[in-house]
Parts: sequence; C-alpha cells; structure tokens
Amino acid sequence: MIDRYSDRAQVIKAILIAVGAIFVIRLAVLQVFNNKYKSLAERQSLRNITIYPARGLVYDRNGELLVYNDVVYDLMVVPRSVKNIDTAYFCRSIGITREEFEAYMQKARNYSPYTASPFMKQITKEDYARWQNLLYKFDGFYVQNRTLRVYPKPIAAHVLGYVGEVDEAEMEQNPRYQMGDYVGKSGIEKTYEELLCGKKGRRVVRVDVHSREIGPYENGAHDTVPVAGEKLYSTIDAELQEYAERLMANKRGCVVALEPSTGEVLALVSAPSYNPNLLVGRTRGENYLTLLRDISKPLYNRALQGQYPPGSIFKVAQAMIALDLGVITPNSGFVCDKSLVGCHNHPSARSVQEAIKMSCNPYFYQVYRRVIQQGKYNNIYKDSQYGLTVWRNYMLKMGFGTALDIDIPNVKSGRIPDTAYYNKWYGAGKWAFSTIYSNSIGQGEVEVVPLQMANLAAIVANRGYYYIPHVVKFYGEDSTKIEKYYERHETGIDPQYFDIAAKGMYDVVHGAGGTGHRADVPGIAVCGKTGTAENYGNDHSVFISFAPMEDPKIALAVYVENAQGGGGTWAAPISGLIIEKYLKGEVQRKDVEKMYEEVNPCQKLPLTKRVKKPKKGRRR
Amino acid sequence: MGRKINRYGEGVTRLKFDWTTIGLYLLLVVFGWVNIYAACYNEATSALFDLSTQQGKQMLWVGAAAVVAFVTLYVEPRFWSNTAYIIYGLALALLVLTLFLAVTVNGGKSWIDLGFFRFQPSEFAKFATALALAKYVGTIDVKINSLKGRLTAIAIILVPAALILLQHDTGSALVFAAFVLPLFREGLTKYVLIFAAVAVTLFVLALVLNKYIVMGIVLAGCLVYLFLWLNRRTRKSYIHTIVFFIISCLFVFSVDFAFQKVLEPHQRERIDVLLGKTQDFKGVGYNVHQSKIAIGSGGIVGKGFLKGTITKADFVPEQETDFIFCTVGEEWGFLGSAALMVIYVWFLMRLVKLAERQRSAFARFYGYSIMSILFIHFFINIGMVLGVVPVIGIPLPFFSYGGSSLMAFTLMLFVFIKQDSYRTQLL
Repeated sequence: MIDRYSDRAQVIKAILIAVGAIFVIRLAVLQVFNNKYKSLAERQSLRNITIYPARGLVYDRNGELLVYNDVVYDLMVVPRSVKNIDTAYFCRSIGITREEFEAYMQKARNYSPYTASPFMKQITKEDYARWQNLLYKFDGFYVQNRTLRVYPKPIAAHVLGYVGEVDEAEMEQNPRYQMGDYVGKSGIEKTYEELLCGKKGRRVVRVDVHSREIGPYENGAHDTVPVAGEKLYSTIDAELQEYAERLMANKRGCVVALEPSTGEVLALVSAPSYNPNLLVGRTRGENYLTLLRDISKPLYNRALQGQYPPGSIFKVAQAMIALDLGVITPNSGFVCDKSLVGCHNHPSARSVQEAIKMSCNPYFYQVYRRVIQQGKYNNIYKDSQYGLTVWRNYMLKMGFGTALDIDIPNVKSGRIPDTAYYNKWYGAGKWAFSTIYSNSIGQGEVEVVPLQMANLAAIVANRGYYYIPHVVKFYGEDSTKIEKYYERHETGIDPQYFDIAAKGMYDVVHGAGGTGHRADVPGIAVCGKTGTAENYGNDHSVFISFAPMEDPKIALAVYVENAQGGGGTWAAPISGLIIEKYLKGEVQRKDVEKMYEEVNPCQKLPLTKRVKKPKKGRRR
Repeated sequence: MGRKINRYGEGVTRLKFDWTTIGLYLLLVVFGWVNIYAACYNEATSALFDLSTQQGKQMLWVGAAAVVAFVTLYVEPRFWSNTAYIIYGLALALLVLTLFLAVTVNGGKSWIDLGFFRFQPSEFAKFATALALAKYVGTIDVKINSLKGRLTAIAIILVPAALILLQHDTGSALVFAAFVLPLFREGLTKYVLIFAAVAVTLFVLALVLNKYIVMGIVLAGCLVYLFLWLNRRTRKSYIHTIVFFIISCLFVFSVDFAFQKVLEPHQRERIDVLLGKTQDFKGVGYNVHQSKIAIGSGGIVGKGFLKGTITKADFVPEQETDFIFCTVGEEWGFLGSAALMVIYVWFLMRLVKLAERQRSAFARFYGYSIMSILFIHFFINIGMVLGVVPVIGIPLPFFSYGGSSLMAFTLMLFVFIKQDSYRTQLL
C-alpha cells in the first residue's frame, strides 16, 4: 500500500508538542510568576481565630473573690459564605427580626465580605446551647468564645470600674488592641489594664467552602496559647464595703476607709452607686446610658472626684500647722468672739484640745490669722503672701491640694489656693488675711476631696505620716508589690502635736460638749472630728475619724451631701457603725444601724434641684 | 522463545507488547488514583479500600480496568476489525436507548443507571466509532478524498455525535471532532485544519474586537498573502483570496448571531469568562477562578501530598472528576504539574509512533483515532482547568474519577496495544 501522507505524522506531533508547551508555560505563569493566587488561597481557606485570655481575677483583702470571668459567645459571620439560608427560620431561631438581620448583615458586609466579624455579640451560654444544634444549617456563621466580667457581690463599682469595647483612640495608642477587644475603662480595670488583660492566643485553622472548620493549619504550627491576666489582690474588705454601701444606700455622699498604718483602702463608697453587673454583657450600652443620664450621677465617683469644702474637719490641720510654726502653743486660748465669725453656743476654748472638741470658729479664725500674718513683714499684704505660702506648703505635705496617687483613675486634687490664685482674683498686694479668713474653718477657697479627708484622719492616727491610699496590695503569682505604696510620706510636723489633735478628737466623741457623740462605739476609743460644710442647699455633713485611739486600725471620712443637720447628726453615727463593723466584725446596735440605713437625709429636697457637683462654700 | 500455533494454524512468535505504553498507562492510572485519594481525603475516612468513599470506589474501577485490559490482550485483533460495524451498531442502539432510559446527572441525560453502577454509553460510542471509521477507511477501495468517501466518513462520525448532543452532553459530542486528525493523516485535505484554525481565530477576534477591525486584519492578511507570500499570482489565486475574504467577512458578521442564538446561555457565559469579558468569580467564573487559585497557590514545589488547602476544603467543585488536575497543581506544584504534562505528551507521542509503525490502514487509523480522542480530552480538560479553553465538562483520561471512562479508555488502548503486538504477523 502506498502511504502518500506519512509526513503528516510530523504535523500531528508538532501539534502535540505545541499544546504541551502552551500548558507548561501557562502553569509557569500561574504557579511560578504570580503570587496573587497564593494570597487569595490563604485568605479564603485559612481563618485566624483569636483566643481571648481570661482577664485577671480580683480578690479582696481576705481572699474573697470580687471579680471573675464568665464565658460568653460571639456569633460571627463571614458574609460571603452566607448562602441559601432560610432567613425567616434563622431569625426565628435566634430571636431577631428580619430588619435586625439585614442591619447586622449590612454592618458585617461593610466591614468585610470575606473576613469574619461579629454578627451578634455576647450570647449567653444558655442561648448558645440552644442554637448549637441549629448552627450547622447556616453556612457562614460560627461562634467564638469570649469572657465577661462577673461580680459575685454587686459592690465596689467605683473601685473596680468596668470593661468596655476598645475605642479608636485606645487602638491608636496601643497597637495590641483590635476592633472588638475589651479594655478597662475605669477603676482598677483601667489602672491595671496591662496586668489584667493577659495575652491573646491565636489559632489558625483551615476552613472549607462553607466556612466550616476542617482542622488545624500545618498541625498548629502557627498557633499560640493565650496567657491569662494577672491576679490582683485588693485591699478592699468586701464585707466592710458591702456594709458601708448599705448604710449609704439612700443617701448621696461617700465613705473612704483606710488602714492608717499602710494606706490600704478598706472601703470606698460613692453613693448613689450601681450594680457593677449592669455594665457587662449585651445590655451594657443601654444600662450605661441610663446611668449616665441619671440625675443623681451614679457613675460619678464622689470619693475621688468630689471637690468639697471640708468644713470644720479642716481645723485639725490648721491647728497642727499653727502649733508646728509656734504661732500658738497647745495651751493658747481664744475667746469665742462671734463678731469675728459665727459660732454655736459653747464656752470659750482654753486650749487646742478644747477648741477641736468644741469646734470653735472664732478660735480657728485667730489661729489662722497667726499663721497667715506672722508679722515677718510690716506690710500686711506682703506678710499675708508669705504666710499663705508657708501654710500652703504644710497643706501640700498633708496631701491636700495635690492629687493623691491612688490606683483609681481620675482622682482630683482639690484646691489649696496659692498667692497666684488670689493675685489673679484680687490683684497682687490687694488681699490679706481679712480677705481669705474663711479658709480657717474649711470654707472659702479651699476644696478637698473625701479621699484627702480620710488621709488626714490617717495622718492623725499615725501621728504625722501617711502612705498613699491604694486599693491593690500586690499582684500575680509571686505577689509583686507596688513600690510607691510602700513609701512613707512625712508631714514634717512634730508627732506630739498630733497627740493633742488625737486627744481633741477623742473628746469630740467622748467629752462633755463634744460635737460627735453619735460616733461613739461602746468599748472602742473612737476619735473623730465633725464638719458642717456650708453649701447651696442644705449643709453637707462631714466626719473624719479613726479608732482605736492607740494603735489605730481604721481611719475614715464620711461625707453626706445636703444632710439635714451637721456633721454630728449624720456622718458621725455612720462612721461609728462602720468602725464597729470593722473592729468588732458585727454591729450590735441594730436599732441605730436600722435607723441610719433607712432614713434618707435629703428626702425633703426637690429632686430636680440636685446639684451635679458640690459647689464651692459660700464666701463671706 | 518458543513458537506456538494459533488457531488459524499460523506459527507466531511470542507477542511483544509495547511495555513503554503500558508503563505510561500504569503511571497515569496510579498517579490519578493518588490524586483522587488526596482530593477526597479527610481525617475521618482515610482508609484506602473503603467502598463508601470515592477513592475506594475508584480502586475498584482500577481493578475492573485491569481485568478489561487483561482480557483484551487475549482477544485476537481480527475480532475487532471483523465485528467493527456490529459494535458500532450496538453503540448507536445504546445511545438511542439512553435517550429514553437516562438519569439526569448535572443537567445531562447521558447516564444509564444499572443499579450497581452508572454507565455512560457515550464513552463506549467513541470506541465503537473509532473501530467503524478505521474499518471503513481501511477498506481497500475507499478513497477518503472522494465525495462518497467523505460523506460516509462524516456520517459515521456525526450520527453518534448527534445522538450524544441530544443527551445534552456537548463535551462528549465535541470529542468526535478528534477524528479530523486521523482523517487528516489518511489524506483528508489540509484545508480542513487550516479552515478550522482560521474559523476559531476569527470567532475569538470577532467577540473581542470591533468587527471592522477584524475585517481590516483579514484584508491585511489577504494582501500579505497575495503580494508578499505568493511568487506567481494567477487569476485563480486572486479569485481564491477574494472568495476567502468574502466568506471571512460573512463569518465575522454571523459570529454574533451564532453566539447569541445557537449557543446555550451557560456556554455563552463560559466563553465570556474565558475571554475576560465578565469577571463573575462567584457565579459562572467561580469554577475556573477557584481552580486557578488552587493551582496557582501550589507554587513551584506544591504544598505536599494531602496538604492542599483549597482542594481539601471543597472550594473547587468537581475536583475529583473534571477538575482533578487542581489537586495535582496545588499539592505537587509546578514541578509535578509540568512532569504530568511531559508524561501525557510523551504517552501521546508514543501512540503516534505506534500508529505509524502499523502496516494496515485499519490499525494505523485506529491508533490515530484513540490517540486523538485522548488528546482532545487532555487538551480541553487541562485547557479548561488552566483557563485557556472554555469550561467544557469532560474528564482527564485515566486520571479523573469515574468507572465508565476509565474502562472505556482502557479498552480502547489495550485493543490497540494488542493490535500493535500483531503488526509483525500481518502481510
């Protein structure tokens, strides 16, 4: 047979080789000279799952748990993977409306159609258990664990603070945070954020086309384990805190209780308070707004941010300065001359001790005059300037006029006016003692934060020194101490003068004619000082105290706003109850307890006229 | 090497099978199965022989194919040439039967469900057509360039192709175009190939470019041909060129019509995706986009056996059948994929060599036929997965999951191998 076309085999072979070559070139283009597909592959087939660490636990001074964590779940969605779902069924299953579904979906889609974002946040364990069996039907949805704060006792909201979703500014400041992370917003949650937050872990998993997990990526080589936050050991005595909050329940004001020998805060109450469990979970936003709009300002921490006129408790500090300066002696006596400054009816004080007991206004007018106008200069204006500077330095050393570095954010400094302050008001050389004498009795331009009042009580209790008040003793497994809270701050005033103050304060509670008898606790040597801070509206009732007189275990300041009656009427008995509770463990005077628990001192005030912030004392 | 006597009383030397071809076949089947295993693999069902899994079933098909191959090697080649028309008739009957009995799979009605196993008669029809056409062309007095010869050959090809088209299995019908190559080898005019190439080029150009630009290109081509290529211009060459130009223009202007009216919507979309006119990665473009991601992410050396992230996660549809090459690309990388290309082309070239050494027109034509069928499968399948050919769902021979195709291809191949081993016995 003649084969005329055998050379055509070569054509066919050429076609085969050409096709093979085209394919190899195409493969090279796709696989070797192109990185696009590699990143596309990673983006769609791998999922980074953040494992949130448990936030650090917080204990009270006796080892009682104040804050722990509960697991909640975020329902996550990858919008692109949501296909063919029965929307009506889905909405019914998880209990949302069609409109909500669309809104959530749109939000997630706006964030990114290809990566996961929260669809619904903080689903409870119960809900999750109910949906778990249904979720597989809905492509593109999965659930991620998160932790929430839980407060077994609804106390100490202002100390503990709260946790909230990180905002833009915080994310910019610290690149560790990502959208949706939680961060301490106030209280020790904020101060100790670095310790509490722990370290996030990561899990890289492979997902299939329905965005279901199908296993670890490269056997978990890229995974990291989360590290739980450090434990905090607080100085708060949960039982005392709870008790103090009970006493302050229907009042406005605050309580600060310190352990004088260490500066540890035993209780810190700002009333009205709120249940810290309100600012957790899905209802947090709503509750937060309610609290924020509440006219009684429950979010406002009066103990640290309220700058009040101290009232008569200030006299203790005035006496110490005058004694240390030597402008008076412990036995100096001044006539109760009501023409200088108003006073209640009492015999004239013949010594500092008596003056403190009776809280004599004219007496301290005289004392303050001697401090301000020491006679160093003939010009009384110049003399007053000098005196004020000396006086102010003493005050600063006692922790006034400066923000005490407590480990709760946003503490205020109060005000101890300096010469520049008065120069601005009146002009340089145009003011003297007679202009500023209201300061002598804790009115006028001085403002004090309740924490500083408690600190004054602690200074007297310690006879002349203090430790910066703090609410965390140490942290972590190895009980790391926080150095600055173990540093003793001296006032520079001779301890013997504080003995006189302590005796005066003992007499306030126990002596005939003392103003604070209601603070008396049977069997305990309570020392205290009343104060009645004049104010728009009713006076504020103030009481600082410590007990027992020798080797004091507790120093406290109680401030009741707009109380009917002076410091002796409201703040003193509440102080007595708190001292009894702390030192005896149990309050035996149930009738007293009941009375002060139930009565609202400012009931008669019209609600709408509540002041946002304590106003400056009236200047006379 | 003892001599034995066959049943026709002829002394034969011991048969020499072409072990290179058999070796390449085994290589493809084994590598194919490995990739099906990888594509279907998950931690829960990693057993090799679990018949509930696809890798397990494919193992069964490989076994069945081995039986087919073994039996085929014992069948005298003369049996096939003698019964070619009968087999062809049977195949046509089966195709007609399919139209009535078929179950619908993926929109096509090309499968007959035998209960224990689904069977695709079109696979068998390729074999039958190859036999019948070889028989016809191999007949002494047939002239392939005579009108009668051409019409008969076209009829033998088109009848089964048309029946398959009626089953909505465009891919399989398209495979019958493969017979152009053996016909070309046997003397069909070269203009068939040239016209086909020109038509495809013009079709693509007409879809992508402005029609007048395409006409300009054609005109320029004609002028270059006439005045630069041809040394001697006769009146005939002028007339031919002018006719070619007119036909081309008509063709270009009818492309739109053909595209819109003749093609199915999904076919139009697939062509649009290929030409980059639409970029619907979530709709019609999804398969090819995912297949490119899978292959492209394999890089030079691949992610390693069983470590593919895209194919493992079911991102690529049909990944154990038509898109099986994705697994190769992802897990074995450029090196593995290119090696597979080399092996495949080598295999096809080997078949060409074998066909060329046949002494009978029947055997040669048959050899070329099966080579061409395998080639067109290879070309369309790999081209589709790599995004250079529109998506047409046909399997990669010896590689894709599926019993019918593996057995049909094995049968075709081993009939030829047996035939080849007899070549010295004839004449």
